Amino acid sequence: MGQALDVHRLHFAFTVTFHYIFPQLTMGLALLLVYLKTKALRTGDEHYDRAARFWARIFGINFALGVVTGIPMEFQFGTNWAAFSKAAGGVIGQTLAMEGVFSFFLESSFLGLFLFGEERLGRIGHWVAGFLVFLGSWLSGYLIVATDAWMQHPTGYRIGAEGTIELSSFWGLLLNKWALWQYAHTMLGAVQTGCFVMAGVGAFYLLTKRHENYGRTFVRAGVLVGAVAAILQLFPTGDMQGKLVGNSQQPTLAAMEGLFESQEGAPLAILGQPDVEKGKLDNPLEVPKMLSFLTYRQWRANVKGLSDFPQAEWPDQIPLLYYSYHLMVGLGTIFIAVMVLGALLLWRGRLFGARWMLWVLMLGVPLPYIANTAGWMTAELGRQPWLIYGLMRTASGISPRVAAGNAWFTLIGFMGMYTILAILWLFLTYREIEHGPEPVESLRGEEASAVAAN
Amino acid sequence: MGTIWFWLVAVMIVIYVLLDGFDLGAGTIHLLVAKTDEERRQVLGSIGPVWDGNEVWLLAAGGTLYFAFPALYASAFSGFYLPLMIVLWLLILRGASIEFRNHIKSAVWDPLWDFLFWASSLLLAVFFGAALGNVVRGVPLDSSGYFFEPLWTNFRLGDDTGILDWYTIQVGVLALLALMMHGGLWVQMKTSGQVNARAGKLAGRAWWGVLTLTALVTAFTFRIQPQVKENFTTWPWGFVFPLVAVAGIAGVVFELRRRDEHKAFLASCAYLTGMLTSVVFGVYPMVLPARNPVYSLTVTTAKAGAYGLKVGLVWWVLGMILAAGYFTIVYRSFAGKTVVDKNLRGY
Repeated sequence: MGQALDVHRLHFAFTVTFHYIFPQLTMGLALLLVYLKTKALRTGDEHYDRAARFWARIFGINFALGVVTGIPMEFQFGTNWAAFSKAAGGVIGQTLAMEGVFSFFLESSFLGLFLFGEERLGRIGHWVAGFLVFLGSWLSGYLIVATDAWMQHPTGYRIGAEGTIELSSFWGLLLNKWALWQYAHTMLGAVQTGCFVMAGVGAFYLLTKRHENYGRTFVRAGVLVGAVAAILQLFPTGDMQGKLVGNSQQPTLAAMEGLFESQEGAPLAILGQPDVEKGKLDNPLEVPKMLSFLTYRQWRANVKGLSDFPQAEWPDQIPLLYYSYHLMVGLGTIFIAVMVLGALLLWRGRLFGARWMLWVLMLGVPLPYIANTAGWMTAELGRQPWLIYGLMRTASGISPRVAAGNAWFTLIGFMGMYTILAILWLFLTYREIEHGPEPVESLRGEEASAVAAN
Repeated sequence: MGTIWFWLVAVMIVIYVLLDGFDLGAGTIHLLVAKTDEERRQVLGSIGPVWDGNEVWLLAAGGTLYFAFPALYASAFSGFYLPLMIVLWLLILRGASIEFRNHIKSAVWDPLWDFLFWASSLLLAVFFGAALGNVVRGVPLDSSGYFFEPLWTNFRLGDDTGILDWYTIQVGVLALLALMMHGGLWVQMKTSGQVNARAGKLAGRAWWGVLTLTALVTAFTFRIQPQVKENFTTWPWGFVFPLVAVAGIAGVVFELRRRDEHKAFLASCAYLTGMLTSVVFGVYPMVLPARNPVYSLTVTTAKAGAYGLKVGLVWWVLGMILAAGYFTIVYRSFAGKTVVDKNLRGY
């Protein structure tokens, strides 16, 4: 059984990690697209409409990949995690079904109009379509985060007959405090991916001296929105998430921080390698008393270490959890530095000439993807060994009849399929970036008229 | 409450089949009715702005099934593990084919995606049909409420069934032909010229196959699943469902002869609706029949808690009204024959 459990976990982890490459960009870009369309509407400047069309094309590629890789996620609850679904489907099925009914219909309907119908809709109509795509994708984000938040911190339920978990309060599920903070934190992460990609493409244009007009627009939008998002990511949302974990998932907090022994005035480990067998952190670089302060707002507060909890309550992948968490926080800190510095240079009017900064922005594009992934790994590895925290162990949630061999078969299938999708994604996205936002005559005839047709 | 949700989920599945059915159907005839690049763009253009929204009905229906009948979702999805995963891969391939084809114009790029679009649509139609066949035939559930079916065993209807046996393959072929007809009528309605003529002709040919297999499958179904006969005997008003199907299939050929493209497509919708609702009516109150009837999952044994179902009804109705609104807007915006710009790319 142990073997099947591992394959099912890997199956979900692999498919969801790959899937989330796409929504984090589309949710972030959706906001930036509304920004560009609003600018276009207010200034009446065709420049912003073209910029929006360019990003809509990239949005379209990523959205399509998000859809096709997203469907397997909903299916896997039933295929690979049947016991979990049987027990908790009455609760989490609500949010998942609402995602389909309220946001997917909205998104898919208006994305079609946004991409294909600019001429028929008129300026205001097209703005509305763009806004509804944004609304749909952000609503979808909420319902998924609310589902995960319920697994992290179940609310609004009761145990029914035959041990199934039933919904007892709709609003308890939907307005779970954990969901609200996790949502804010997740969406800010997505906005940062959108900002880094937009600013990075803009920097690429400025550095290669092509489409410089657009490059400036992209860098400006990315850096300004990105600076705000980067700060809010740390405080209050990241801070609040940490506190929630500290209150309801104490062994998780200890594992994330690599704190093996309980301490008053616990230090915050910046670097170091957890050695779980020996129960210590090797080569630690620590800020004294900081962990106590961050968690409880008291320098001398007692923070419980892992040794205070029975081993059965420990997350089962402590080093990976520790590194994910540190990677996320470390990158988040770097993002604040980069984006705020970028905003300052912009304010002083020196950003577009500061080639070193443009290099940083361009090369920084992969980093928010890593940070977002690390963040989700922190949340999900941190929830272990629970599938629903305090209610159901991960080991008891898998499909009882699906053998490890069948799960391997489909995992390998997904790996192959997703490798092809990843190549296509990079290839097509790069092509759009190469092509650029200009609908100029100098382009090859075919493509020029295609852009004009939009 | 269980019965209400049983029918609501059925309605969503019917809508899914009607809508995604025509774009799947368009895929199954893609290579047959469209030869040149421009013709293929016509077929793709006729479903381009709507296929994604149509597919959402599958997700929405799946989600609704999940929260209304969690035990069914758990049992059916893990039991149909392999075919569902294959369906997922086909959906991925198909989505990628539609979205990526028009990004590049090259002698090796678009033919590849055209082929994948056709092949994945075709296999999906067969698999969806076979899945329906499995539900009607019953699956090897035991007292645990779970089962696992391999793709095939000995193609017989014994206790050791696989997904594919002679009965489910037959239903799969019927589904393929029905969707070829349905998609053909859609493409005919949305296109002009050669494609329009070929699609209409193909739909007319598929019609004969649909007619024959419908009769065959119906006869076998009455023998294989005794519940069907019982339901139609207990509640004779249920014959209204097969009557809709019969009227639909008659309507298709009648309207095709009269050259009314809209009504022919609507008649095909009626046929599909009649067939699906007949099945739903026939298996009630089972949501997943077992080979051994004792272990069948029913609306009562599979349903979620009462509070959740009640609260779900409120937002579901609200959501459906909104969705109906969106679809009206979208289908109106893209009403009429599809115009293909010779050079149009994906976006």
